[in-house]
Amino acid sequence: MISKRIVLHFPKRLVDEPIVYNLIKEHDLKFNILKASITPEEEGLMVIELAGKAEDYDKGVKYLKSCGLKVESLSHDIRRNEKKCTDCGVCVPICPVGALEVDPKTRKIAFHDKKCIACELCIKICPTQAMEVHF
Amino acid sequence: MRTIKEINEKIKKGQVVAVTAEEVIELVQKKGTKKTAQEVDVVTTGTFGPMCSSGAYFNIGHSKPRIKIGGGTCTLNDVPVYPGFAAVDAYLGATAVPDDDPRNKVFPGEFKYGGGHVIQELVAGKDVRLEASAYGTDCYPRKKLETYINLKDLNEAVLFNFRNCYQNYNIAVNLSDKTIYTYMGSLKPQLGNANYCSAGQLSPLLKDPYYKTIGIGTRIFLGGGVGYVSWHGTQHNPCVKRKDNGVPQVPAGTLAVIGDLKTMSDKWLKGISMLGYGVSLGVGIGIPIPILDEEILKSAAVKDEEIFAQIVDYSQDYPQMFAKSLGEASYAQLKSGKITVQGKEVPTGSLSSYSKAREISEELKSWIKKGDFLLTEPVAQLPGAESGYSFKPLKERPIARLK
Repeated sequence: MISKRIVLHFPKRLVDEPIVYNLIKEHDLKFNILKASITPEEEGLMVIELAGKAEDYDKGVKYLKSCGLKVESLSHDIRRNEKKCTDCGVCVPICPVGALEVDPKTRKIAFHDKKCIACELCIKICPTQAMEVHF
Repeated sequence: MRTIKEINEKIKKGQVVAVTAEEVIELVQKKGTKKTAQEVDVVTTGTFGPMCSSGAYFNIGHSKPRIKIGGGTCTLNDVPVYPGFAAVDAYLGATAVPDDDPRNKVFPGEFKYGGGHVIQELVAGKDVRLEASAYGTDCYPRKKLETYINLKDLNEAVLFNFRNCYQNYNIAVNLSDKTIYTYMGSLKPQLGNANYCSAGQLSPLLKDPYYKTIGIGTRIFLGGGVGYVSWHGTQHNPCVKRKDNGVPQVPAGTLAVIGDLKTMSDKWLKGISMLGYGVSLGVGIGIPIPILDEEILKSAAVKDEEIFAQIVDYSQDYPQMFAKSLGEASYAQLKSGKITVQGKEVPTGSLSSYSKAREISEELKSWIKKGDFLLTEPVAQLPGAESGYSFKPLKERPIARLK
């Protein structure tokens, strides 16, 4: 069993297709929607967690790509601009999953992008606008 | 034990013993106060955090024909600056925002750009767009001016912050049922987080709690350049409750500081955006403490465990001016990542960057060791703990309307 968080980019022409339904139904995967913003006439974005057997997962991702979706691992979504970050730490208690953490020794703030669920709570509260959303 | 003059002689010869406010704590633990005081000449402190009562004044030089922006209006990158002086002088405040910024109309406002950001861009050497309008006089006929300006071309560009370096600060929490957006950051409902803003054991005024060495005229590290303490800061409040080690338990002393913006760096002056609150300027300051006697050393070696701040509710008590503390916590507890408030474990967040404060104390130490930075005798003392000087609330006096 594996569990991975991925970002799906839906081109405009695919926004009204039941792609996630097919993905789950035909590939025996569990899914958890972490974020979705799909509006008609526009591109869509969805962050999901997929869990299942490794081969099912691979087939599932293959299916998504064959439909014309762009599939990225989640960590590509939120990035920290190291030049802007001042390591203050005001983001630390805001992050719901502990992806932003103080190193007790250096007192610098570590960003664990593997833990990040792209909820974007840190984006607006960062005083130096160091947390960036990249699509 | 030693005088500032003697310390400066050692600095010039490259023989000075300078350590940071963190290092001195370790030294005292190893060798004791007496021995450490004999060995150490200077302790360097540092702090880096948002400091709203900051700003810079400029003289942009005279245009041809001349314009008098005094009495007119002036903006830098659309951020209003205060031109109520002579012809081409203006003061830019850190919290100013463009007239067309939506502010908190769509709450919480993002405040992405303002005075603090203009200062950061100027210091970074970027061109900034100046627009001014004036009413025109016989001697200053011009009524409009639009030009790029650059820090290097200005006659004077002086950072002049009239309240920085707070000696201790509150720990902000939210007892209400909804998220609130404050200058202490976003505070989640029902004690969701506790935010603090001080470098604790590295913070300048916490290491010289009675202002024995820091006074008017003290030369300091300011924004990456050299600056001076010019006065006590606004809201200076020295006569507050203190612990036995002399450290105030509530926000107390403050400093007004000044320095040549042209010598500073955008690494140590950063535009700050506080969601739902406004813009500000992140300022880096470091102050050397000359170890003139054992008492001064003792204070300089006070550690996070011995420095306490008050926990204050920012949903009701702070905005309504109720002086109430929900308890206190030490900076050691705050830095552990959680404190206990009303029996609940609350995660902590810091607005002040401790790693940057550390970097400043190291940088100042290296300047002193290299012989680049001499210490100064204060020309006058700051109002002290026995001065009776206090920070008063406003007594409102309703204005009678004519009938």
